[in-house]
Amino acid sequence: MKKQYETVLILTPVLLQEQVDEAVAKYRKFLADNGAIIVHENNWGLRKLAYPIQKKNTGFYFLFEFQADPTLVAKLEIEYKRDERIMRFLTIALDKHAVAYNERKRKNAAQKKQEEAVN
Amino acid sequence: MSTTSNTAGNIRFLNPPAVEVNKKKYCRFKKMGIKYIDYKDATFLTKFVNEQGKLLPRRLTGTSLKFQRKVGQAVKRARHIALMPYVTDLLK
Repeated sequence: MKKQYETVLILTPVLLQEQVDEAVAKYRKFLADNGAIIVHENNWGLRKLAYPIQKKNTGFYFLFEFQADPTLVAKLEIEYKRDERIMRFLTIALDKHAVAYNERKRKNAAQKKQEEAVN
Repeated sequence: MSTTSNTAGNIRFLNPPAVEVNKKKYCRFKKMGIKYIDYKDATFLTKFVNEQGKLLPRRLTGTSLKFQRKVGQAVKRARHIALMPYVTDLLK
């Protein structure tokens, strides 16, 4: 039975851009291999942290929203812990209100983009 | 003996002081029908946090117990992924 999850990753700013992409591609592949469906991805890019983590004040934020079996999350988090490029991660199970909220947010964003494209 | 007795009683104000008759506090989540509080939306969460970054009590924000717990959880998650500080001096 698949549940919907959302995970936020913070990667160290020391990385080059292609290293960041490579790390993200690794987890995208990991999810795909283990039968998870990636619903949405979002790259927030380099952002300032509210407090220094590992003596660094900025980090690459990345967001995965996916549907997976509950057993997969534990494996995924072990992978995150093992990877030194990731400073911090947070995986959340989404209830129906959260899923509806994300859906609505994506729809509005797409709609706004269309309006900008029109005028 | 000064004839003008300016006791507090009869001080004339030009316009009545806007004493805040305690307006009924309401839970903004119930009123607006918000069901989910997004922990990634730091700007919205700063409304429920004071200058030092600490959570505001329900008696000030007026939120219901159910949503105060959700706000608390969302703020703690936002702090974990460094979108909000644990402690700061001038947040606003």
